Amino acid sequence: MSAFLQYLFSGLTVGAVYAIVAIGFTLIYAASDVVNFAQGEFVMLGGMLSVFFLGLGLPLAGAAALAVVITIVVGVLLQKLAIEQARAASPVTLIIITLGASNVLRGVASLVFDKQFHSLPAFSGSNPIAVGGATILPQSLWVLGGSIAMFVGLWLFLDKTLTGKALRASAANRFAAQLVGVNIGFILVLAFGLSAGLGAIAGILVAPITLTRYDVGALLALKGFSAAIFGGLGNPVGAVIGGLVLGVIEALAAGYVTSVYKDGVAFVALIAVLLFMPNGLLGSKTVDRV
Amino acid sequence: MNFVRTLLGCCVAVAGTVVIVPTAFAADPIKIGSVLSITGPASYIGEPEAKTLQLYVDQINAAGGVIGRQIQLITYDDASDANKARTLATRVTEQDNVAVMVGGSTTGTTMAMVPVMEGAELPFMSLAGSVNIVEPVKKWVFKSPHTDRMGCEKNFADMKKRGFTKIALIAGTDGFGTSMREQCLKVVGNYGITILIDQTYGAQDTDMTPQLTKVKNTPGVQAVMNTGASGQGAAVLTRNYGQLGMTGIPMYQNSGVASKAFIELAGPAAEGVRLPAAALLVADKLPSSDAQKPVVVGYTQAFEKATKQPVSTFGGGAYDGLMMVVNAIRKANSAEPAKIRDALEQTRGFVGTAGIVNMSPKDHLGLTVDAFRMVEIKSGDWSLVD
Repeated sequence: MSAFLQYLFSGLTVGAVYAIVAIGFTLIYAASDVVNFAQGEFVMLGGMLSVFFLGLGLPLAGAAALAVVITIVVGVLLQKLAIEQARAASPVTLIIITLGASNVLRGVASLVFDKQFHSLPAFSGSNPIAVGGATILPQSLWVLGGSIAMFVGLWLFLDKTLTGKALRASAANRFAAQLVGVNIGFILVLAFGLSAGLGAIAGILVAPITLTRYDVGALLALKGFSAAIFGGLGNPVGAVIGGLVLGVIEALAAGYVTSVYKDGVAFVALIAVLLFMPNGLLGSKTVDRV
Repeated sequence: MNFVRTLLGCCVAVAGTVVIVPTAFAADPIKIGSVLSITGPASYIGEPEAKTLQLYVDQINAAGGVIGRQIQLITYDDASDANKARTLATRVTEQDNVAVMVGGSTTGTTMAMVPVMEGAELPFMSLAGSVNIVEPVKKWVFKSPHTDRMGCEKNFADMKKRGFTKIALIAGTDGFGTSMREQCLKVVGNYGITILIDQTYGAQDTDMTPQLTKVKNTPGVQAVMNTGASGQGAAVLTRNYGQLGMTGIPMYQNSGVASKAFIELAGPAAEGVRLPAAALLVADKLPSSDAQKPVVVGYTQAFEKATKQPVSTFGGGAYDGLMMVVNAIRKANSAEPAKIRDALEQTRGFVGTAGIVNMSPKDHLGLTVDAFRMVEIKSGDWSLVD
């Protein structure tokens, strides 16, 4: 029993990391039908900039806040300088642009920072909490709590505010949204800025557990993207559920089957879901309904 | 036709200069080629190597060069990609006309370049870990750092001394981890040690508590050993080991994690962890009677002064490789590849950062297990065990 609980905690910790990255994908996709492959780099920037500012002597909270602000600026610049310039292009072209942007950000980060791994201090100590013979780190609770808070905030924003509704409207039908007075340009800047901010927060929350380096974005993006697809791209609830389920499957596979096939089992589950539910566990109903 | 004629003229002109230059200047530079993983996943290995080579080539040139000639270092970055390394090796041998190659940061890139260097009949000093590079012996291939098998042997010998006979093995699925796991399985029987449980993890995994929980729940495990080195894996594994409160089962790591960064990243859980390390790592703790002391202290000071970075065994391996090659050129009194090769094979009593090297036609590495020092992490620093 304690072993099962430990696998579950492990899965939830890893899954929360996936979920928190998946949420960032969700927002830009919901607004523009673009999968932003530079999302992983936002996560990396959040972590690395915090490490950098911490090294300059700032307190953790200040370093984190500054990192989030700078990452938001990077996100907005990415939209303004790269995506907006190609606004007539198809989503596939835009996705390729984000891939390029992710390479550029990674390259710049390797020059501005360095190529070593770094860690952030855990927010509330690193003494594991014992529950029923298993242990969980306080930082894992931060990540879990953070992903839930982000998902609730995002859901409230998309569902309850006028701006959020405008954002969903522009995703459903850009032309119609424009006709009823939605400022598409502003909406897209907002989506990229928010997404970058969420990514940066994710990067800061996970850095004490997963460590961070200039190139961690690629793998986080891959896993987070899988989680987003798993849960249904464009749906914040799906992103969280997809991330957690994927993480728990991986941990249980490592615990009960063999660690060699851990990733394999997770991806087989992903393929199975997509075969039977092509829209993911929760589909993208939020967008269709508008 | 005009184009073809121009092209032909061009070739003749180029060929002409190539032929004339060596006869015109007897003291033209000796070219040393170097293909390293300066960027990409193995950049933490290739970067200090590239900096070390440049630093010492400059130093040698400032002191008048070797056998009266300057050294020209031609460095390429393979971006940690074995395919690219092979292409660059071809360029080094066919276009740059180097006399010798020092490079190959990873086992993967080295093995990709071996056929090219063997075909071109140029001496190749590899800086990578696997024992497969020099076993079986290849005529033109040498290597400077310890092998993964020696890491296994050093750890197992220490376990035997402490009376551990039943252990758990955890392997990274990266190249280094997989290769070292195979070597460990080969030699573990020689030490009367049995592996009760054998686990793996991906180099970029962020949580290994499931694997460690299985180890913890296996009765009779007296020690746990990790063979994975690349990325954050080893540090995360050690943290998880601390999280699960497994300090009653001593942990052994491998030489690939031997850097100060590992202690910092793994945090308090690293206390008591043992690993085989090069003398370079414990330079300031070696007794002054130690033959390697002046070499490792000298290298540490020079590298840290020039780069403002802490030393790593990878840069040390590059120092050893370059110095053995330069010594061989000096001994052969020639920059002819075949003569350098013969002189390299006769390297005896070379004191490097890795150990004291005695090569032979049957041994193109020349190091023994004793070259490793068993260290334990105490109060956030290395301490010598034996």
